[in-house]
Amino acid sequence: MLNTATYISASSFLGAALAIGFGAIGAAVGEGYAAGLANQALSFRPEKSGDVLKNMLVGQAIAESAAIFALVVAILLLFSTPQPKTVLIAWAAIGAGLSMGLSAIGSGVGAGLPAGSACVGIVRQPQNANKVLTTMLIGSAVCQTPAIFGMVIAFLLLFLDFSNMPVYPGWAALLGAGLATGLAAGGPGVGNGLTSREAVTGVARNPEAGTETNRVMLIGLSVGQSTAIYGFLISLLLVFTGLEKSTSLSDSFRLLGAGLSSGFGGIGPGVGLGVVAAYACKWVARRPEATGILTRTMLVGMAVTESTSIYALIVALLLVIVF
Amino acid sequence: MNIAGPDFIKGLAFLGAGLAMGLGAIGPGVGEGFAAGKACEAIGRKPEEAGLLTRTMLVGQAVSESTGIYSLVVALLLLFVV
Repeated sequence: MLNTATYISASSFLGAALAIGFGAIGAAVGEGYAAGLANQALSFRPEKSGDVLKNMLVGQAIAESAAIFALVVAILLLFSTPQPKTVLIAWAAIGAGLSMGLSAIGSGVGAGLPAGSACVGIVRQPQNANKVLTTMLIGSAVCQTPAIFGMVIAFLLLFLDFSNMPVYPGWAALLGAGLATGLAAGGPGVGNGLTSREAVTGVARNPEAGTETNRVMLIGLSVGQSTAIYGFLISLLLVFTGLEKSTSLSDSFRLLGAGLSSGFGGIGPGVGLGVVAAYACKWVARRPEATGILTRTMLVGMAVTESTSIYALIVALLLVIVF
Repeated sequence: MNIAGPDFIKGLAFLGAGLAMGLGAIGPGVGEGFAAGKACEAIGRKPEEAGLLTRTMLVGQAVSESTGIYSLVVALLLLFVV
């Protein structure tokens, strides 16, 4: 018969593997994209190798941070030895690993996209390098937000005291909390990356429209975060709602279902919102005099795109609160 | 864990509702975003046709929304009827 301490250390090792295994995917893809476009840029103009290399390394460093968050969580899971008060600590460790690992995928890919287009941009228009770098830094940094949500949930799951939470259905709440933020963060990470990529390309083509492009990019990025925020909200509800002890299967599965609903529901709209804002940024940069109508159309389009993630949020809230 | 038949059905219906709505939201989200993005592009090319383009965008998005609504209906059926 296994005791609680054994379950906790085994689950911590599993959680660590999930965190860094999933977490390493995104950053590597994003950095590879940046490096690929840097090479493409250098084939146009090899004499700019110093600027392109510097820009590529800065962009890759930001994309790397998502994987570094995952590494930190994995190391914490490997080396922390919590008091074996309740077997829920084991479930929290798996939830923390899923939350951190899955959320780092989108942010890593996303942060690499503006880095790549910035390399091409500064080769095409070297005199605009500073404006391009500024837009790239803003875009890549905002792409990290979903990974930071995932890290916050992972830290909550690692460091909160669950000794007052009933084991049934608490296990499902903690696993669901990890899945909700982790899955939902994937879409907005990639979506923000698509938006920033087009904004960087636009600023490089037409730096006179830099102010308008940056403004539309920031509106697009912040609305694009919303599905990650829905997942984060459901995770917080699952962690902090007082649960009554119940050994019935339906009470456990409703909490797990809430996490899966808001988690998967955030992926598609997150990417879609990013696509809308990407095209809006592209055309604001080309035609700044149409900024008003483009911003309006972008926001209407985003509101409709958002709707399915709101359905998913409603289903999740029904499962957590009503049933 | 003590599992009875009706409890098992209820539990899997809850899990199914979450999966139906969650997975069902992926496609419409990407598709509607693509439609709206291309509408922004078209308005950038021809701002004077903004009314027509916005109308077409909304009609297209409404159709693309339909599978998301099917998922919502199935999820609500699983929650309240089963």
